[in-house]
Amino acid sequence: MSSNSINLTLKVWRQPGQTAPGRLETYPAENIPTDASFLEMLDIVNERLTLKGIEPIAFDHDCREGICGMCGSVINGRPHGPEKETTLCQLHMRHFHNGDTLVIEPFRARAYPVVKDLVVDRSALDKIIAAGGFISVNTGQAPEANSLPVPKENADLAMDAAACIGCGACVAACPNAAAMLFTSAKISQFALLPHGRPEAAKRALAMVAQMDAQGFGNCTNHKECEVECPKGISISNIARLNREWLKAALVSKEKIPA
Amino acid sequence: MQLDAKIPAGPLETKWDKHRFDLKLVSPANKRKFEIIVVGTGLAGGSASASLAELGYNVKTFCIQDSPRRAHSIAAQGGINAAKNYPNDSDSIWRLFYDTIKGGDFRAREGNVYRLAQVSNLIIDHCVAQGIPFAREYGGLLANRSFGGAQVSRTFYARGQTGQQLLLGAYSSLMRQVAAGRVTMFPRREMLDLVLVDGQARGIVVRNLITGEIERHTAHAVVLATGGYGNVFFLSTNGMGCNVTAAYRAYKKGAGFANPCFTQIHPTCIPVHGDYQSKLTLMSESLRNDGRVWVPKKEGDQRPPEQIPEDERDYYLERIYPSFGNLAPRDISSRAAKLMCDQGKGVGPTGRAVYLDFADAIKRLGKAEIEARYGNLFQMYEKIVAQDPYKTPMMIYPASHYAMGGLWVDYNLMSTIPGLFVLGEANFSDHGANRLGASALMQGLADGYFVIPNTINGYLAGTRFAEVTDSHEAFKESEAAVDAQVKRLLNIKGKRTVQDFHRELGNIMWEYCGMGRTDEGLTKGRKLVAEVRAEFWENVNVPGSHTDFNQSLENAGRVADFLEFADVLLADALARRESCGCHFNEAFQTEDHEALRDDENMCHVAVWEYAGEGQEPIFHKEPLVFENVKLVTRSYK
Repeated sequence: MSSNSINLTLKVWRQPGQTAPGRLETYPAENIPTDASFLEMLDIVNERLTLKGIEPIAFDHDCREGICGMCGSVINGRPHGPEKETTLCQLHMRHFHNGDTLVIEPFRARAYPVVKDLVVDRSALDKIIAAGGFISVNTGQAPEANSLPVPKENADLAMDAAACIGCGACVAACPNAAAMLFTSAKISQFALLPHGRPEAAKRALAMVAQMDAQGFGNCTNHKECEVECPKGISISNIARLNREWLKAALVSKEKIPA
Repeated sequence: MQLDAKIPAGPLETKWDKHRFDLKLVSPANKRKFEIIVVGTGLAGGSASASLAELGYNVKTFCIQDSPRRAHSIAAQGGINAAKNYPNDSDSIWRLFYDTIKGGDFRAREGNVYRLAQVSNLIIDHCVAQGIPFAREYGGLLANRSFGGAQVSRTFYARGQTGQQLLLGAYSSLMRQVAAGRVTMFPRREMLDLVLVDGQARGIVVRNLITGEIERHTAHAVVLATGGYGNVFFLSTNGMGCNVTAAYRAYKKGAGFANPCFTQIHPTCIPVHGDYQSKLTLMSESLRNDGRVWVPKKEGDQRPPEQIPEDERDYYLERIYPSFGNLAPRDISSRAAKLMCDQGKGVGPTGRAVYLDFADAIKRLGKAEIEARYGNLFQMYEKIVAQDPYKTPMMIYPASHYAMGGLWVDYNLMSTIPGLFVLGEANFSDHGANRLGASALMQGLADGYFVIPNTINGYLAGTRFAEVTDSHEAFKESEAAVDAQVKRLLNIKGKRTVQDFHRELGNIMWEYCGMGRTDEGLTKGRKLVAEVRAEFWENVNVPGSHTDFNQSLENAGRVADFLEFADVLLADALARRESCGCHFNEAFQTEDHEALRDDENMCHVAVWEYAGEGQEPIFHKEPLVFENVKLVTRSYK
């Protein structure tokens, strides 16, 4: 681990609240260790702002291990920054150069109102899950775990889809602000497992309807979501969602929710 | 303070069944008349909220994050234990029970731990039915792997993301109940006080973290599932938001705090590399299945690892603990790493690291197999350290990870305050002085899915409740106190940031109350913590206002509580006149530097009662009774 440091200029979106107007403010970020993560860089800048009497930049974060999905901002136009399959907390400053200017903005989408600065409200994603992103099993009802074998290939594909951390970067990356990658990952996980089949039709129709109701856009195959997804969720899940939805709409007895 | 553990009489195997039969029931029609508050949405809180709502209770669930899917259970990597014995390697409920009791260095209750082992199998059944994509064999059946502190393979896993998958399972069940209208979800709320009416827990006061409003919420019972206090060390593997505030404020309202000095230091974390660092990252213990831990035999050997020949390496875990080798339990592995570094054999730029080497495993199994087993962990390591662990050994060092201590609870998981239940890492109940790997997920889900839905009935059915609304005097007083503290923090306008104080506290705790403790150091630690605490209230700088989203203010309240709680932790460490599990007082050790227990005088749970501001906490003890296992010196040699 080398311990070099670099100087940067930050242009950060500052917005006091949901209805207040926002603007880009410029702050110097000097002597930033290249081994620091992007969020540790923001910590350093915030410590300095606080001591200067300026309110620190609000940003969401928690685990700082790339798994909780809480962090995320747009860095120079790219959600979670320039590195592939990386959350902001796992992006290290060694990927930037001395003298760089970084424009840091919140995830932007109609369904994500800004709470403050870089913090947005992503509760619309929870509502999509509440609409059908579950298997209806009460505690105590389950049969013995090995009573239903699952082909390893399907289990692995389900795990690939289940790796979604719900950060919502896919929406911020999409020109239509669609939540198709997020929704399709959950639908795929359950569609691939025998335990999820009984409710598959109902789930596909309900989650897609809720996605529309929350104000997310439609998928027009730009594939930006897949490029920016920190967990490498594949858009083949969107194809699977489309198949599940069509099957449900055309041949099942389930109705599309109003 | 009365400490009645309420362990049912009779043989271990029948205690839980008998207890469930003896507990009063609440009829289905009456369940909807009760309101239950659950604070926290990790494995314990999420599973409890879902299960209680499925039974028909009205549940109000609170979390500090923007969504209940984000609690730090999500970061657990390696797996979850259960006594299924699928590999046919002689596992059983009894063996899981025994391993857990022994792993905890005989400082946990037999009754609780046996129940944990009993329900472990139900957890796996339930999680599979929820659609959790556990690892499977080619035949389509569930796969297992081994973990520290056990000689059987009983750990179920979903790549290196088991915690995430189990948490998302609990979250999906919780969201299903939200949609059904049986759970009301309150995200971005922080519990700042517990409200007691007639001595019963009847509600909480929270701060809405977006608007800054102080809110009052009433209930017939309050369930805390607010996690552990590892962040008292500042640098830890915990999430940045993990804190002791809810538990500590319940302690100040009369809940006993048990064994606070039992803090787990995890052996395999990425070492500290700079003073700007905000947290330490865990590398799953599962890596020790195939990785070999070593240091150079020669002190101060600066050569890069590939230039150190085989016969000049000390695979010290394999040498000292031949029967468990690299799978020795966490406390033992951590202390061994510290010992090597103290002897000058540490590696890396700071000399505070040891190697975790996969070269042999790659030779034996091939790179593809290692990638399949640990790919995401290797990727994470490379991102942080910028070195390729397929080519050069990982460097690791112990870090604060988990709190075995927590609020005292009886067999029903009820604290010393009637109506206040505590689940998961926030309670003290099952892991004694050291937790084994893959047991935290098991305990969190056992408490939430299978214990609390049974035991809370007994309390609700057997208790008389006065009519309480949120305009009750107790709520008004509580809100006023919370509001006053918030404003006091903002009005200090000192010269040091909240994080600066937190870091200083963490340095003191790591230095004087980390892996090696002495009476002298602990006493000095208490004095230093008192000084930092005094300065905090004179000189902290909390910018912004209390009427909007203010993360500095949130942290200031949490650090204020850590500064008080740290003293209870240090006092507990001083009072435990032995070494056991994670607690290693250098005055109590064998010739080989192993922990030396004192079963005659110290075989108890230490429980601390709040005595008022600036007062010494009051010490109580619950004797531990062992009827089924013999207390032996814990040996992994």
